[in-house]
Amino acid sequence: MKMPSWIRVERRPAPSALTVLTVSLGAVVLALLVAGLFFKAYGVSPLRAYGFILKGAFGSRLGLTETIRRMIPLLVIGVGLVVAFRALFWNIGAQGQLLMGAVAATGIALFSGIPDLLLIPAMFIGGFFAGALWGIGPAYLKVKLGINDVITTLMLNYVAISIVEWLVYGPWKGITQRGFPRTDRFPDAAILPTIASTRIHWPTLAIGLTAALVLFVVLKKTRVGFEIRVVGENPHAAQYSGISQTKITILAMVISGGLAGIAGVGEVAGIHYLLQNPLSISLSYGFTAIIVAWLARRNPLAVILTSFLFGVLMRGGDVIKVSLGLPFELVDVFNGLILFFLIGSEIFIRYRVRFGVRREAA
Amino acid sequence: MNWESWIIETVSRALIYGTPMLLGTLGEIYAERSGVLNLGVEGMMLVGALTGFAVAMRTGHPWLGVLVAGCVGAVFSVIHAFASITLRANQVVSGLALTFLGMGLSGVIGRAYEGLPLWSKLGKVSIPLLEKIPILGPAVFQGQYPLTYIAIGLAILMWFVLYKTRIGISIRAVGEDPATADSLGINVSRVRYLCVMVGGFLAGVAGAYWSVAYRTAWSGGMTAGLGWIVIALTIFAFWNPLWALGGAFFFAAMRVLSFRLQAWLPPELLNAMPYILAIVVLIVVSRGTLQKQMGAPSALSLPYTRGED
Repeated sequence: MKMPSWIRVERRPAPSALTVLTVSLGAVVLALLVAGLFFKAYGVSPLRAYGFILKGAFGSRLGLTETIRRMIPLLVIGVGLVVAFRALFWNIGAQGQLLMGAVAATGIALFSGIPDLLLIPAMFIGGFFAGALWGIGPAYLKVKLGINDVITTLMLNYVAISIVEWLVYGPWKGITQRGFPRTDRFPDAAILPTIASTRIHWPTLAIGLTAALVLFVVLKKTRVGFEIRVVGENPHAAQYSGISQTKITILAMVISGGLAGIAGVGEVAGIHYLLQNPLSISLSYGFTAIIVAWLARRNPLAVILTSFLFGVLMRGGDVIKVSLGLPFELVDVFNGLILFFLIGSEIFIRYRVRFGVRREAA
Repeated sequence: MNWESWIIETVSRALIYGTPMLLGTLGEIYAERSGVLNLGVEGMMLVGALTGFAVAMRTGHPWLGVLVAGCVGAVFSVIHAFASITLRANQVVSGLALTFLGMGLSGVIGRAYEGLPLWSKLGKVSIPLLEKIPILGPAVFQGQYPLTYIAIGLAILMWFVLYKTRIGISIRAVGEDPATADSLGINVSRVRYLCVMVGGFLAGVAGAYWSVAYRTAWSGGMTAGLGWIVIALTIFAFWNPLWALGGAFFFAAMRVLSFRLQAWLPPELLNAMPYILAIVVLIVVSRGTLQKQMGAPSALSLPYTRGED
């Protein structure tokens, strides 16, 4: 492309935190502006619609708690994805890892016979390992055989869906469910406590917040964190300095897959109280969390903010559906637009546009 | 039921069910051969399905619906092309964004078409004379949608173009080694844009097949994961249009059989097969010479900038 001589595009050496923040925010705002056109097409003024969304998300106790309920899986998964992305591993399989966590939790809740007091901890541990296991496979295939991580993690999502379907239509079909494809309800000891009468299952939220904090410190201050960053930023340097790419990639995927598994435990034990149709368990949390992690720009702490933002959007989808009669799919439009504007804006972070004629350095 | 009619029905229904898979896969093969991974197939298909339905319903011409669906699919795919080729954005993220956008847009706009009947649908045809052949006739040449034969013809044509013509050499060169292709005077961006748009066009047509021929109705998210099977099939087919021909109908036959064999085999196992087999294929071709002959295009999902490597 030929540019006029008074516009120059040059590489930005190291973008400052402020640049990154401004550009990201700008991208989100632009996306919401464009999405506003859809409200207009429906004869609803965009301002009014966004007002509704904000009021729905913050205006009442119910609104805020529902926002946080949506935020929980996005936070837990998103933090893990940040670690995977940092190690340059494309985990598109959080959806499947979440489901495997849900499967493990259900198996333990219904069939393990573990004493009541230990039941919930066992479910979380089991969910973590199930999700991690689902994530290790692709990690191993990538480092040992050079197989594309995007494809393997993506494919395993659908294998996980089939496993859940098989379980709820077959061996785990509940005897009390009158033929519906879902398991029996969990015993009370397997149901997560919530804050007062809300749907905020706080143990999962606590795990998510702790993970964000711990992983922030790990990435920043520890040797392992340093190694993860090197593998992600410069695999060749990692090789020369004796960092085991195998070890680091698998570790990153244990964390990422495991946390997605925990999100699955939270959904079945905190929201549904049983295992059922996989798509109504996972919704699009695994995919939306990719946007959450991407928007957080590789920073685990920032995930707390970005997952909250997408919690607001998902809650907003519920609100505009109920009170304005607009389709819930608008949330997908938001997601798609935000993602496009984000990756589009990346060019403003990597490069800067300068106006005016270049002054030659003397 | 005797074995003859059993075979006839399985093959016949596999052809019907496999057609949109084949169309979508052919398009994705071209996109990926040129070096662009497009995970937006599901979104493009949904956009195509809605467009096809709406146009067929409003004009009364189903074929016009199919054609417009293809064009809209192609235009829609330009978003991904622009992001991943011109802006050099991450192709995985951009493709996912396209799927989100396609699902969202078709769901929102399609609300008005939900549950409406379609009178002008794509009819089935039978081939005179050939349909009289025992077994083969009723299985393959009777009561099929014309798009099925078009898709099969297209697979052969697209194989020919990819392997036997200059255009095909350009596409493969751009996907394997864009720098060399560039130095030979091939316009890398243009080839990639066109290939992504071919993918968008065929995904749009595949979606329209779903809504104008197979289901003759529109409902949000109706392709139900077909776009992801296409991603798996592209690998299973070793990025080769002829293999896609076999693969698409093989997977479709498994789907059909999964209903049939329910008593003996869990249908979920057969449904998961495309995805499992795609991973198996990747493992098999991950080594040595096979990788070169049958593996993924070397520059797949890598953006290209002149003079930067």
